[in-house]
Amino acid sequence: MEESCTLSRAATACIAERQDSILTTGKSRSRIHCTTDSLAGSVSQRACVFCGARVVLNPVTDAVHLVHGPIGCATYTMDIRGSLSSGSELFRTSFSTDMKEKDVIFGGEKKLAACIDEIVEKYHPPAIFVYATCVSGMIGDDIIAVCKAASARHNTEVIPVESSGFISGNKVVGYRAAAEALLTLIRPKEGEIVEKTRKVNFLGEYNLAGEMWLTRRYLAEMGIEINVAFTGDSTVAALKRAPSACLNLVQCTGSMHWVATNLERSFGTPYMDVNFFGPENTAESLRKIAAFYEDPAISARAEALIAREMSRIRPEIEKYRSKLRGKRAAIYLGGAYKAIAIIRQLRGLGMEIVLSGTQTGNADEYENMSRILSEGTIIIDDANPAELEKFLIEKHVDVMIGGVKERFLAYKLGIGFVDHNHDRKDGLAGFDGAVRFAREVYVTTCSPVWKSLRTPAPGGTIHGQ
Amino acid sequence: MASEAAVAAPVQGHVKETSENQCTMCMPIGGVVAFKGIENAMVLIHGSQGCSTYMRLFNVEHFNEPVDIASSSLNEKQTIHGGEANLKKAMDNVIRVYQPKVLGVLTTCLAETMGEDIDRIVASYIEERKLTGIDIVPVPTPSYSGTHAEGYWAAIRRIVAYYARPAQSHRRINVIVPNISPADLREIQRILGLMGIEYTLLPDISLTLDRPYGGKYQKIPTGGTPTTAIAEMTGAPVTLQFGSTCPDNLSPGKYLENEFHVPLVNLPLPIGLKNMDLFIATLAEISGKAVPDELVLERGWLMDAMADAHKYDADGVPVLYGEPELVYALTSVLSENGALPAVIATGSKNSILARLLAPVTADADTAPALIEEADFAAIEEAAIRTGANIAIGHSGGKLLTERHDIPLLRIGYPIHDRMGGQRILSVGYRGTLAFLDSFTNTLLGHKYATYRQKIKQHLCSPEGR
Repeated sequence: MEESCTLSRAATACIAERQDSILTTGKSRSRIHCTTDSLAGSVSQRACVFCGARVVLNPVTDAVHLVHGPIGCATYTMDIRGSLSSGSELFRTSFSTDMKEKDVIFGGEKKLAACIDEIVEKYHPPAIFVYATCVSGMIGDDIIAVCKAASARHNTEVIPVESSGFISGNKVVGYRAAAEALLTLIRPKEGEIVEKTRKVNFLGEYNLAGEMWLTRRYLAEMGIEINVAFTGDSTVAALKRAPSACLNLVQCTGSMHWVATNLERSFGTPYMDVNFFGPENTAESLRKIAAFYEDPAISARAEALIAREMSRIRPEIEKYRSKLRGKRAAIYLGGAYKAIAIIRQLRGLGMEIVLSGTQTGNADEYENMSRILSEGTIIIDDANPAELEKFLIEKHVDVMIGGVKERFLAYKLGIGFVDHNHDRKDGLAGFDGAVRFAREVYVTTCSPVWKSLRTPAPGGTIHGQ
Repeated sequence: MASEAAVAAPVQGHVKETSENQCTMCMPIGGVVAFKGIENAMVLIHGSQGCSTYMRLFNVEHFNEPVDIASSSLNEKQTIHGGEANLKKAMDNVIRVYQPKVLGVLTTCLAETMGEDIDRIVASYIEERKLTGIDIVPVPTPSYSGTHAEGYWAAIRRIVAYYARPAQSHRRINVIVPNISPADLREIQRILGLMGIEYTLLPDISLTLDRPYGGKYQKIPTGGTPTTAIAEMTGAPVTLQFGSTCPDNLSPGKYLENEFHVPLVNLPLPIGLKNMDLFIATLAEISGKAVPDELVLERGWLMDAMADAHKYDADGVPVLYGEPELVYALTSVLSENGALPAVIATGSKNSILARLLAPVTADADTAPALIEEADFAAIEEAAIRTGANIAIGHSGGKLLTERHDIPLLRIGYPIHDRMGGQRILSVGYRGTLAFLDSFTNTLLGHKYATYRQKIKQHLCSPEGR
């Protein structure tokens, strides 16, 4: 799994072993260390395999998500995403087998089977995803066999997700486990022929704050229909119709490239990368999708939409751009596709990016990232708070784009912060999202609060500590 | 596996296999909070990477502070061959970057299932590295053996046992607290100060998890109980422990009593007139001093507020849930204000709570339902059945509002969907008053926002009854 790409090195790590994971863009090239396990004791910002699987599958709205493990794994991922549903809300209920000491000693298979029986009786879900955790994996519970037996017993889909947390700290491994589960779910029964349609699937789109619905509106205006999204606002029945699409759009590449290649192999469906973060990315993605159909009418409608939306949002963006020009930004996010999109968006706001990093980027992605960043930018893989603090200070950062764990680190340093996590309540995709993003960057970077916080205390020092 | 019993007449209730929407977290996260209240302490979780990240996330959102927690980042290889090397490497890195004086090492269910002997690993580590100037305190916290509440007490007890040694008698009383907010701790400190009492407060997160703004991030924040003071707790005249529901085998105060003959007085949390009076009476007895005017005034203001609000409060039908100690204290304050909870729930299995509640609820027209090892499915069902109109507890109960329009008064741990969990004040006369006003106003706010519509629907529409 270990990968590397060549970038120059300059910045210093707080732990020597982390040195190769931190590089500075420039002429002399060396290799960035990435996609490895986190260094013990480094205080990584990463989560686990189970978490990766859970975030990918969780938005399947009418499925039951059953975590087979001790209580914590379920508690910490309860209602974990801001994904919206047009129908069932069942996905927001966090089911756990709540393994206790005796289950660990004697095995948890019986308890798991009993929980599945109970859930089927109470909810009759079209599918149950059963997530393996560290402990169920460690004690060797055969969840595949339990799921198979339960499937037969209840004549419903009971799908194991092989997401034992200790396999890796890298969520990408969990994305793969979720992908396997999805492919199992959508595999047509023997002899079943899937008719192709003119619709598209939208992979790696989780309908946070209704973002999928916004894109669906754009595509509908162009005359294109979304078949199903993986997995925002999806249902089990809709996912099973996935093979009928003529094209797969892939947004979150980390979680969905592998699914896309598998769908191409199994059903001959081509795929293309799209990205709806930022006005330029949105416009380019709409054009690419339109071009696929080789229909001048679709392209014309796309152009009209883009022209209209761009002229609508331009003054808004320009307003924020005038305030933000020259400000310095740091980016630290889960996946690289989002980081790269945000680099472009911040540039569009006239800002300078001085740090960019991810939890789960791979060598190719870091290479791409380095190509679009200006010289002297720090690129970091699997950062920790000590490193982030160091570079936020050294690089005189004005605003950071990150997840919850980084938020208060930035605030403590008197730096603005924009949440780009999977629990957010405001959509940041599409043309409307681009304005919202610009506004959020502006209100935090230029908040009057920072000025007040630099005011000296009456008759004392700046900070009373 | 929720078991429900009416407080007055315990009966074997509904038992089910699946946990639906968890009401508790796991043991190690309780231990984390405990260690964060020790001076110059850092904490390391021996388990897979995800556990520490989840615990950071929950604590970051609750305390609105950076909360660094290291992990030994166990992966597949170590789960087979043992995690000793990883744990030692993790300790190396944490000590290098954070330079703590105290390092708490907590296990997870994974490490426990692997059979990791952390006492031995830590001992051999200290021996190998010839470490001085740092105390490494291992605490087993297998998450399938209890909740965060038990994990918290277990860690405090271990910390006390680690440092306690015979000391000369002194005047400082021991004050041991459950997991309450930094604002609560500051109020307890203020009250002890007003009473002129010298004390050792354990643990003390009042500054470590609620930092005044200082324009910088401290890897280990200033504050916390000094270990020298913990060592001398054995020479104290008495231990006051807000641990009326704390089982003896987890009780730090009991340990000091058994091993060092420091008399233990277990008190309920000083929330509510009766509980706060008991605390003050105890302090007055210990110190032989009169109660200062300031506290007398505060008591008077609280009583005045109780009179002001009593009729509104009588309309409250609360569903109350959370850690046993908080649930007990809140039942007491609600009952003395004429709003005895209809449902009292805790995620813990606690043999003491029901016994303590019996006299508080004895005079009730209808005995409240007590649910132990509760999940929100059980709490929700009981809330609907009993016609509850206000929920009181941590953020986990948000669905009571979303699904059933029952407003939620947020108190306890964790508060992750509102600002300021660390600042919620509910102890002392002042804190009780603040709680009572919030309670009354939550009822009023909800009533005034809906009563016109409700009455109209009831009396004017054909389907009204």
